Amino acid sequence: MSQTTAKYWREIPQRYRGEAVKSEKTGKVYFPPRLVEPGNGNRKFKPVKLTYTGKILTWTVIRVAPMGFERQSPYALGVIELDDGARITSQIVDIPLDKVKIGMKVRVEFRRINDDGPNGIHLYGYKVVPE
Amino acid sequence: MREVAVIGVGMNKWGELWEKSMRDIFVEAALLAMDDAGVKKIEALYVGSMSPGIFAGQEHLESLLTDYLGQCPIPAARVESACASGGLAMRTGWMDVALGLHDIVMVSGVEKMLDVDGGTATYALATAADQEWEGYNGATFPGLYAMMAHAYQHKYKISDDRFRDMLAAVSVKNHANGYLNEKAQFRLKMTMEGVKTSTMVADPLRLMDCSPITDGAAAAILCPVDVAKKKFKHHPIVKVLGTGAATDTIALHSREDMTWLRGTEVAAKEAYKMAGMTPQKIDFAEVHDCFTIAEICVIEALGFFKPGKGCTAALEGKTARDGIIPINPSGGLKSKGHPVGATGIAQIVEVTNQLRGEAGKRQLPKAKIGLTQNMGGSGGTTLVHIFKGEK
Repeated sequence: MSQTTAKYWREIPQRYRGEAVKSEKTGKVYFPPRLVEPGNGNRKFKPVKLTYTGKILTWTVIRVAPMGFERQSPYALGVIELDDGARITSQIVDIPLDKVKIGMKVRVEFRRINDDGPNGIHLYGYKVVPE
Repeated sequence: MREVAVIGVGMNKWGELWEKSMRDIFVEAALLAMDDAGVKKIEALYVGSMSPGIFAGQEHLESLLTDYLGQCPIPAARVESACASGGLAMRTGWMDVALGLHDIVMVSGVEKMLDVDGGTATYALATAADQEWEGYNGATFPGLYAMMAHAYQHKYKISDDRFRDMLAAVSVKNHANGYLNEKAQFRLKMTMEGVKTSTMVADPLRLMDCSPITDGAAAAILCPVDVAKKKFKHHPIVKVLGTGAATDTIALHSREDMTWLRGTEVAAKEAYKMAGMTPQKIDFAEVHDCFTIAEICVIEALGFFKPGKGCTAALEGKTARDGIIPINPSGGLKSKGHPVGATGIAQIVEVTNQLRGEAGKRQLPKAKIGLTQNMGGSGGTTLVHIFKGEK
């Protein structure tokens, strides 16, 4: 099963550069960008870049990896709340697995996510490291 | 709207069914339900199946399954909401009968998960999460529920050892129930030590915190209550009192509180309202324990326990067969198995048997009102149904 490269490159602005949107009604930051704001129907947003610092809200260590991640396991994964309020699911790297804690300050970095995707290309994106 | 009754239920032995194809396991369960109801012909079929295209290389179950059940030509629909597909089939079938379209309707679920390797099965299941913003970054289902677990432990300030016991007690309790279920995939009694020393899958969840990969099917026959009272009197009538459905965000990280299953809360409120019920009036429930932490969060969202109190329920015996609210007398997903599309219907099979007083060794002494809660993804869809037995 192979997928078009379009499926990959259309997400590049988010995965590589953290391009998000901010609601003109509530000021809330949405990542990835949305066309309509949940709860109030607002459709007016302005482009913003994610704040690349935040903290770990929760975490786990993936020991049984999904396809494509087998050689990386075990690896830490977390839900990160960035300082602008946006939240991402990201690997937590450059830290011993037993040191990962809720509340820990982290920074977002550009990293390779997978060695190889279905298209035979390298897949990049974001991971977080201790601040 | 017409009142709806369950007049027949059936499920086959679940497990690793190497000799049987997807169509065979479906037809076996469907025939059991038809025999139980005493019908030879159904007027419509709804089948829940999450991913037959990936698991079995086969879509278009509407035609395949009605064909091999010998029921063509009838209207049929496969419905999908990940692991809640069976529950959604139930609700769709209920709507059909309640609206007066058909009198004898089969609701069912099937998943043939073991015809693909473990990696492909994990991939198929992962499509129930946000593939672009969770899966892309290496999340798995055990991983998402594990993150719910850590968030829960942190929110309620529980020590590692104590939390470990709380999770393990759910698995031990469900295996004790499943031990009595001849249809269950894993009929083995587990000890706390056995659960706590099983292989770590995604911290803090271990193998024995996780439901297995299973081949299986289940089916039920619905009809209007007035028809049931006239024509189907060989079993006590089981009435559908209420149905509720609600979605939540696809990604766990989008939820304000990652320990609270808002979809389950809202679906339950709808079902309670329709049934004229409160959580206190429910005698027992079959809930979606895909992971031990899921059962803990679910019994809170259903209103059986206050937030932060669900974690001690199994440990203190409150959800055991002789507890204040027995949860998963069938053995739950953990012991009975979890062929994803079939799970929601198997819950209805157990509740129906309990309400009829036909649950054999698993029969609960007090079983007048039963509830099912079936959930997709990390809680992105929930279906709740409430049933009453008229013995």
